[in-house]
Amino acid sequence: MPLTFPSHLLQSPAVRVGLSISVATGLYGVSFGALSVTSGLDFWQTMALSLLLFSGGSQFAFIGVVAGGGSGLAAMGAATLLGMRNGIYGMQLNVLLHPKGWRKYAAAQLTIDESTATSTGQTDPLEQQRGFWTAGLGIFILWNVFTAVGALAGSALGDPKQWGLDGAAVAAFLALLWPRLKGKEPVAIAILCALATVLAVPFVPAGVPILVAAAVAALFGWFSHGPRDEGLEPDINPYDERRQHGSHPRGGSTAGDSA
Amino acid sequence: MNLWLWLLLSCLLAYAWKLVGYLVPATLLKNARTSRIAGTMTIGLLASLTVVNAAASGQELLLDARLGALAAAGVALLFRAPFLVVVLAGAGTAALLRLAGWN
Repeated sequence: MPLTFPSHLLQSPAVRVGLSISVATGLYGVSFGALSVTSGLDFWQTMALSLLLFSGGSQFAFIGVVAGGGSGLAAMGAATLLGMRNGIYGMQLNVLLHPKGWRKYAAAQLTIDESTATSTGQTDPLEQQRGFWTAGLGIFILWNVFTAVGALAGSALGDPKQWGLDGAAVAAFLALLWPRLKGKEPVAIAILCALATVLAVPFVPAGVPILVAAAVAALFGWFSHGPRDEGLEPDINPYDERRQHGSHPRGGSTAGDSA
Repeated sequence: MNLWLWLLLSCLLAYAWKLVGYLVPATLLKNARTSRIAGTMTIGLLASLTVVNAAASGQELLLDARLGALAAAGVALLFRAPFLVVVLAGAGTAALLRLAGWN
């Protein structure tokens, strides 16, 4: 890394985008923390998810299954299937960033929707590095701080239903799904899987309908031929027009090179 | 204690997914089908989790205040509200509907 790096830090578009996405994503750790403790997890279980699992969608999935009365195994299944996309991001980032030694293992833990999107939205290799590490570390720190804040606030609330926290969980899942519904096919997949879930609920134990829907979605992906990055949008887009800092939209990634 | 076990296993598996991306050869990335399935499953799982949290109670389907939360969240998202505002809209609507007597 050149010695001039620090003086350029705040002029770097990727660093600025990374910091702004860190604040936006970190803040909604509050809702995860509060919902997790009202789902029946304790403070340290909640913190373990944010520190060790560190992937918003999977964390919400785990507590969502537990809140619905599902088994720990079903919760693990939903969280793990939802984490598959991080493996795809890892492959993309390995090609872009080539982390070596211990950095590879640190980069892996920081590989989530937002850090990937911040990095792949840049074209200059140095900016791709800066974007990934700024967003990854920034979100990791703030996500954990705000998870703790939410967990402490949630435990103090009393009856979660009175505060509509079960409604908050519904809203959180819809908000995670929403940015991925671009075009007819994602909407069709969502409706199909919602229907499969409704049909499965009365017949199988709680938590299992979510795995049925995952199987339906996987079959859809196997047999259809849509864009290969469908569904791989971040929850909060770092290059949204509302938070633009003079950078390039996502698409310079390795995902667009199919013949 | 049992929940701790599944929770820590989930953390281990989540890290395994992430790390495997850095360890497998980049040529695997050319396999479009892997990316497709990761993407369609993300959509399907989130849609299913939305429905379960909005309308399921154990093995029963229930129409209650959570349905109002779903509608309010949808409206907030149509107006491009940020994540936390959407969550607050859902909570507020469910709380108000309960206050009004609809469980």
